[in-house]
Amino acid sequence: MKYLDDYRDGGLAARLVEQIHRRPAIPVNLMEVCGTHTVSIFRHGIRQLLPEHVNMVSGPGCPVCVTSNRDIDWAIAAARQPGLILTTFGDMLKVPGSFSSLAQVRAEGAAVRVVYSTLDALEIARANPSRPVVFFGIGFETTAPTVACSILEAERLGLPNYFVFSVHKVMPPPMRALVDSGEIRIDGFLCPGHVSTIIGSEPYRFLAREFGIPCVIAGFEPVDILQSIDMLLAMRAEGRAEVAIQYRRVVRPEGNRVALEQMYRVFRPADAEWRGLGIIPGSGLEIRDEYARFDARLAFPVDPGPTREHAGCRCGEVLRGVVKPPECPLYGRVCTPENPVGPCMVSSEGTCSSWYQFAGVE
Amino acid sequence: MCLAVPAKITEIQGNRAKVDMAGVVREASVMMLPGAKVGDYVIIHAGFAIEKLDEEEALRTIELFKQMDSLGAEN
Repeated sequence: MKYLDDYRDGGLAARLVEQIHRRPAIPVNLMEVCGTHTVSIFRHGIRQLLPEHVNMVSGPGCPVCVTSNRDIDWAIAAARQPGLILTTFGDMLKVPGSFSSLAQVRAEGAAVRVVYSTLDALEIARANPSRPVVFFGIGFETTAPTVACSILEAERLGLPNYFVFSVHKVMPPPMRALVDSGEIRIDGFLCPGHVSTIIGSEPYRFLAREFGIPCVIAGFEPVDILQSIDMLLAMRAEGRAEVAIQYRRVVRPEGNRVALEQMYRVFRPADAEWRGLGIIPGSGLEIRDEYARFDARLAFPVDPGPTREHAGCRCGEVLRGVVKPPECPLYGRVCTPENPVGPCMVSSEGTCSSWYQFAGVE
Repeated sequence: MCLAVPAKITEIQGNRAKVDMAGVVREASVMMLPGAKVGDYVIIHAGFAIEKLDEEEALRTIELFKQMDSLGAEN
């Protein structure tokens, strides 16, 4: 595919690896925030190519993984409502809530349908006018505008039976929370490429200014990631902290203003609960009053019951980058992709799943 | 989840477009990219074109890499 192959070129990657090895040998922790980066780093064996003093740490950027049990339980309770059709992305299906999962309630007869896009959910609503159709919306700034657009489309089309359960989240607040906690030293951030496509580079500025942490907005191919790591190392070596864009073929400093406008027309910032990080002020997106009739939480006051965490599971610490998956007592023993206990092992982008698939049980 | 891939717009009608993703033709919304035109390369996420791919920038980056490669080879 045009514009992909060059960024997978082995010769270019090898050159970048050499350059990384020539940089001063200062021990650094570099955090890749985005789950798609985590997968790419593992798939292309990038960790093995780096010198020992460059430690890659995975962050809280897998939206499935950071969704709280309380929110999953709500979706499960909604799916159990007679007549209601619950639509969501495939990754959410197998994630265990407190006592069940969407896959399980579907097996018990609930109408849970996997969609690739909110456009498909709108189509289901159009084809089933007598049934409420709820889209369970998870994801960060990349995905939230697509869900905002679905609400704008539903309004334009006059679809009275389309609703959204929004547990959307935004990325900069948890990055601040991680740095503020002091639990882990982060010497550089690989910032999420497609989140930044929407929000641009400015929202990360505080990391460089207030905390002196270099940030590079990175693409997803191996050459992109290696170049971004090298850019972070160069900044560290020179004592500079800036927000740089490596993924320039897609990311503009100002982001996609149209998408941002659509997102904030429909949603407003709200506090949100993150697995492993607790409640982070202003890190969520809830539906504004003007679009309240699309808010599934208001339309269906279901009771999800008490929540419960999975005993022994260290997903929360994995999401904060504090422990690596093999340090969890469940990892690879009772928790595997075939029989997952925690969401980090369920989602294809989860740190535990990537680790297990590509590194095995170390 | 934030996976997004390049595709070429082959047709546009209103805010819906047909896009060619490495040979697979799909429908995508261009609501977030009002200026999108047939022939543009765009990045598709969950059925929406989220940004135009800057072809000049893509080529320039690769060109820079290639220069680095030839410099390295001379060492």
